[in-house]
Amino acid sequence: MTQPTSKPMLIKTYNIPGGIHPPENKVQSMQLPLGEIAIPNELVFPLNQHIGTPADPIVNVGDTVLAGEKIAEAVGGLSVPVHASTSGTISAIEDRVLPHTAGITGPCIVLTSDGQHKTIAYTEVKDYHSLQPSQLIEKIRDAGIAGLGGAGFPTAIKLNPSGGIEGQNTINTLILNGTECEPYITADDRLMQDYADDVVAGAELLAFILGSPQRVVIGIEDNKPNAIKAIQTAAQGSSVEVSVFPTKYPSGGEKQLIQILTGQEVASGTIPASLGIVVQNVGTAMAAYRAVRYGEPLTWRITTCVGEALHTQRNIKVLLGTPVQHMLSENGFNATQASRLIMGGPMMGFALPNTDVPIVKTTNCIIAPSQSEMPEPPPAQACIRCGLCAEACPASLLPQQLYWYAKAEEYERLQNHNLFDCIECGACSYVCPSAIPLVQYYRAAKGVIRYQEQEKIKSDHARQRFEFRKLRIERAEQEKEEKRQARKQAAEKAKRLAAEKKAAAAASGEADASKNTAQDAGADPVAAAIAKMQAKAQDPAAEKAKLERAVSSAQSRFEKLESRFIDAEEDQREKLEAQLKQAEVRLKDAKKNLSHFLEAQILETQIESTKPEKPKSPEKADSETNKLKPADEKSLDAAAAAIERAKAKSEAMASMSQEDKLKTQLASLEARVQKAREKLQKAEAEGSEHISAFRTGLEKMETKLATTQKELETLKESN
Amino acid sequence: MAFIRVTSPHAHIATTTGDVMRWVILATIPGLVALSHFFGWGTIINIVIASVTALACEALVLFLRGRPVLFYLKDCSALVTAILLGLALPPYAPWWIVFIGTASAIILAKQLYGGLGYNPFNPAMVGYVILLISFPVEMTRWAIPETLIADGESLPSLISALQAVFIGNTTGIDGFTGATPLDLFKSQQGLLVEQITSENSIFSLASFSGVGWEWVNISFLLGGLFLLYKRAFTWHAPVSMLAALAIMATLFYDGGSSDSGGSVLLHLFSGGTMLGAFFIITDPVSSATSNKGRMIYGASIGILIYIIRIWGNYPDAIAFAVLLMNFAAPFIDYYTLPRTYGHTKSERATRSRDQ
Ligand code: SF4
Ligand code: SF4
Repeated sequence: MTQPTSKPMLIKTYNIPGGIHPPENKVQSMQLPLGEIAIPNELVFPLNQHIGTPADPIVNVGDTVLAGEKIAEAVGGLSVPVHASTSGTISAIEDRVLPHTAGITGPCIVLTSDGQHKTIAYTEVKDYHSLQPSQLIEKIRDAGIAGLGGAGFPTAIKLNPSGGIEGQNTINTLILNGTECEPYITADDRLMQDYADDVVAGAELLAFILGSPQRVVIGIEDNKPNAIKAIQTAAQGSSVEVSVFPTKYPSGGEKQLIQILTGQEVASGTIPASLGIVVQNVGTAMAAYRAVRYGEPLTWRITTCVGEALHTQRNIKVLLGTPVQHMLSENGFNATQASRLIMGGPMMGFALPNTDVPIVKTTNCIIAPSQSEMPEPPPAQACIRCGLCAEACPASLLPQQLYWYAKAEEYERLQNHNLFDCIECGACSYVCPSAIPLVQYYRAAKGVIRYQEQEKIKSDHARQRFEFRKLRIERAEQEKEEKRQARKQAAEKAKRLAAEKKAAAAASGEADASKNTAQDAGADPVAAAIAKMQAKAQDPAAEKAKLERAVSSAQSRFEKLESRFIDAEEDQREKLEAQLKQAEVRLKDAKKNLSHFLEAQILETQIESTKPEKPKSPEKADSETNKLKPADEKSLDAAAAAIERAKAKSEAMASMSQEDKLKTQLASLEARVQKAREKLQKAEAEGSEHISAFRTGLEKMETKLATTQKELETLKESN
Repeated sequence: MAFIRVTSPHAHIATTTGDVMRWVILATIPGLVALSHFFGWGTIINIVIASVTALACEALVLFLRGRPVLFYLKDCSALVTAILLGLALPPYAPWWIVFIGTASAIILAKQLYGGLGYNPFNPAMVGYVILLISFPVEMTRWAIPETLIADGESLPSLISALQAVFIGNTTGIDGFTGATPLDLFKSQQGLLVEQITSENSIFSLASFSGVGWEWVNISFLLGGLFLLYKRAFTWHAPVSMLAALAIMATLFYDGGSSDSGGSVLLHLFSGGTMLGAFFIITDPVSSATSNKGRMIYGASIGILIYIIRIWGNYPDAIAFAVLLMNFAAPFIDYYTLPRTYGHTKSERATRSRDQ
C-alpha cells in the first residue's frame, strides 16, 4: 500500500496554455464517506439523458417494474435505453421539467417506488475475453451507459471509433479522465477511492474492446492524493498507466487532457479518434465494467452534494431519477439560505430553476451555495482590454475580441477569431476584472451563427431547386419541340435521313437530361428533407402535431364525403364526386407532408449519427432534446424504409454503367410500348373517341424507343 | 421554490477593474515622491487640479449621457488619466494648462468615443499633445532639479508655487526653470557626448543619466515592477519598448561622436521613458490586444521615441509615439491573432470566409 511504485512514476506530461486556479472547495464534501439516502417515493426518468435520440418507453402506466428493468428502449444508433433504478409501479409517462437551465419540459417516465428495491436477475460474464468486442459494445449500450462526466455521449459509439469501417481511426491511446478539475466536485475522487479496482478493470475492458491500444492511461490532477494512491495500487501489475499532473482548470476538458497527456492537439473540427485517441470518464469506465461483468445496468451514480446551504456536505450513491429535492432534504437543505442551485460545477454547471428535476446520468454535482459563498454577480463594467481573459484562455483565443465582435454582431469576424473553438470553460469570465459574462455572449453568438448557417443552406437549396426546375421545364419544352419536328419530318419520307439525324441529336440531349434527373432523384429526397427539417427545426413537435391534425381532418372529411356519395341520389352524385376527388387529393397531400416531415427527422438523426463525436456544448445537447420528440414508431420506420429504398435506388442507378442504364431504359420502354399498343388496339376495337390520343402517345414512345436503341448501338460500337 | 438563474461560470475572481486602476494609482507614488523631491510642489499641484477637473468632467458627461454617475466614477479610470497627465506636465504650469489638458483628455479623447474601453487613443496623451501644440512655451518650461539650485536657495515654497500656478505670479519660481537633459542634448547637437556631459552640471553631477531625472525614472520603474508583480499587465509591451529604445540608442551611439544620439542610459533614464513604458503604453484600452501584438506595439513605440527624440522637433516623444501607435493598434491586432488550439497556424482576422 505504501509504495505502489512498481511502474515508472515519472510519466511526461505537457503544459497547456492559459488556465486558472479558482479556490478548489473540494474538502467540504470529502470529510464524510460515501453516503446513501432513503429511496424516494417517486422517481422521474427523462427519456433523454444523453446526447442523441430520446429513448422510447416500453412500459405502460400501471406496469410494475423491478430495479434494473429496462423501461425505455434506445431509438437508432445515437441513443441509449433507460432502466428503472428501483422497484415499483409506473405511475405516469408525461412531460416533466428537465434538468435544464431554461426549465424546459420533456417526456419522462414516472415511477412510484414500493420501497422494496427488488432487483431483476442479472447475467454475469466471468471472462469477457471470450466475447467479441461488438458483443461487449452491445452489452454496454444495452446497460444504458452514456458518458458520466458531463455531456452524456452514448459510450457505445465512442467505443466503435472505426464506425465499422476496417482500418479507420485505429486507436493507439485510451485515456480515462479522472481529472475532475472543476471546483467543488469530488464525485470522481470518491469513486476512484472507493471503486479503484472497478475503474482499473473498466480501463482494461475498454482497452480490450478498442483493440488493445499501446497506451492506456488514467489522468488525475495532483490535488487528489488519495485517489491517486488507490488507483496506483489497483493498477499495479496491469498495463494501465497512472499519470499525475498539476492542478489547473480546465485540465479536465477532453481536448486539454489530450494535450496534457500526449502533447497533441485535436485539430479543429475533428474528433480525438482521428488522432487515435479515445477519452472516457473514470465513472463511465467503471459503469461499463459493471455492466459487462455483473450485467448491471446504469441505475445509480455518485453525486456530490455540497454548498453552505446544506447541513451535510458529502458524496452520495444516488439512484438515478431521484428528485433533487429529495436528495437535498436528505442532506439538510435550507432553501432560504441558498443563493442559487447549480447542477454541475461552478465553472460550467447550470443554475436550476427549481428542485423538482431528477438526478440524471450526467449529474455529477449539486451545489447549494449560500449568499456569501456565491454572491450575485456584480454588474458588468466596460471591457478595458486588459487581456487577462486571453491569458486565461486554454484555447488561445482572444476573448476580449470575441466579446467585442459579439457585441457588435460581427459574425464573420467572430468566426475568423475561431469562436467555435471556444469550449465555454468560463476561465475568461472568471478572471475578467470588469465581471463581463463573456461566455454568455459567446453562446448567444454561436446560436445566431448556427441559425444563420442553417438559413443559408435552406435558401441555397431553395434556389437550387428553383433553378433545377426551371432547367427541367426548359428542357422538356425543348424536347417537345424537337419531337414534334421529328414527327413532322418522319412523315415526309423524302427527308427520312435528315429526320433520323435530328432524332439522334435529340437523343443525346435527352440522355443528358435523363442522367440529370437520375442524379436529381438521388439527391433530391435527401436535400429536400434536410431543407424541410431546417425549416421545421424550430418546433418539430408542434409541427408534427399540426401535420397529424391535417391528416386526420382530411381523412374524416374524405370518409364523410364517401359515405354521402354512396347514399346520394343520382343527380347529386356528380357534384359530390368532384368534392370527393378534391378531398382525396387533400388527404394525399397531408399524408405526404407528414411523411416528408418524419423522413426529415429520421434524416436528422442519421446525419447526427454520422458525425457522432463533434464536441457539443450542454446547451446544444439540451436544445436537441427539445427538438427531437419521439415520433410514432411505425411511421418512422416506414419513412426510414422509404428513404432507404430511394437511396438504394439512386445508388444503384449511379453505379450502373451507361450501357446498363440504357438497357434498363430500353427494357422499360419496350414494355410501355407494348402496353400502349394493346391499349390502342382495344380502343380501336371499341371505337373509342381517344384513339388519336393513344396513337400520338404510341408514336412518341416509339420514337423514343428508336433513339434509345440507336444510342445503345453507338455505345456498343464505341466500346 | 424558484432560484435565480445565472449562467456559468458561477465563480468569479475578486479583482475588479476598479482594483486594477487603484493599483496603478498606488504604483505612481514612488515616481510622484521623486518628482516632488527634485522639483518641488509643482507636480502635486498639477495632479490635484487635474483630478478635480477629470472627476468633474467625467461626472458631467456621464450625467448628460444619462449614465449612472457614481457607478462609473468608482472605476477610477478618470483619476488614473488625471494623475498620469499631472505627472507628465511641467511642474508649476499655469492652472488653465492643466485644466484644458485634462478636460480635453476626458471629454474629447474618452467620453466622446463612448467612455472607458472605447477610446482608441490614450486620453492622457491626447491631452498632452493638444497642450504641446497649442502652448509650446508653457509646455517646455521645466523646473530645475533641487540638486542644481544655487547654494543658499531652496525649492519654491508652497505659497509661491500656488501663486505661480493660479495667478501667474512667477516671481517666486523664476530662476527655478531650466532645460531638461533631453532639451540640452538636443540643443547641443554637434558637440561630442564627452563635452556635453562634462560641461553641463545636470550631467556631470549625475550618476549615469541626468540629475534628478535618473531617480524619477528609477522610481517609475519600481512602480511598474509592482504592477507587473500584481499582474495588472503583462511584460510584453514595456519590455519590448525599452529593448527597442536601447537597441536604437546603441546603434546610433556612434562612439560618442558629435553625431551621437546619446547613451543608452540617457535614453532609458531621462524624460518620460519609464513613465511611458509602464504607465502609458500599458494602457490596455488603446494598445494592441494579443501578447504578440503588444510586443510589436511596444517595440514600435520604442523605435518611434528614439526617432522623434533625435530627428524630430520635440525633445521628448512619448506622447507622439504612443498616439501614432494607437492608430496602428487595430491593424496590428488583425495580423497577430494567437494560434488557437487545434489550428496549425495563426490566421488573419480579416480573411474572408467564403474561399
Ligand atoms: S478580462 Fe474582461 S476587461 Fe479584461 S480584456 Fe478580457 S473582457 Fe476585457
Ligand atoms: S470560455 Fe472560451 S474564450 Fe473563454 S477561456 Fe474558455 S475557451 Fe477561452
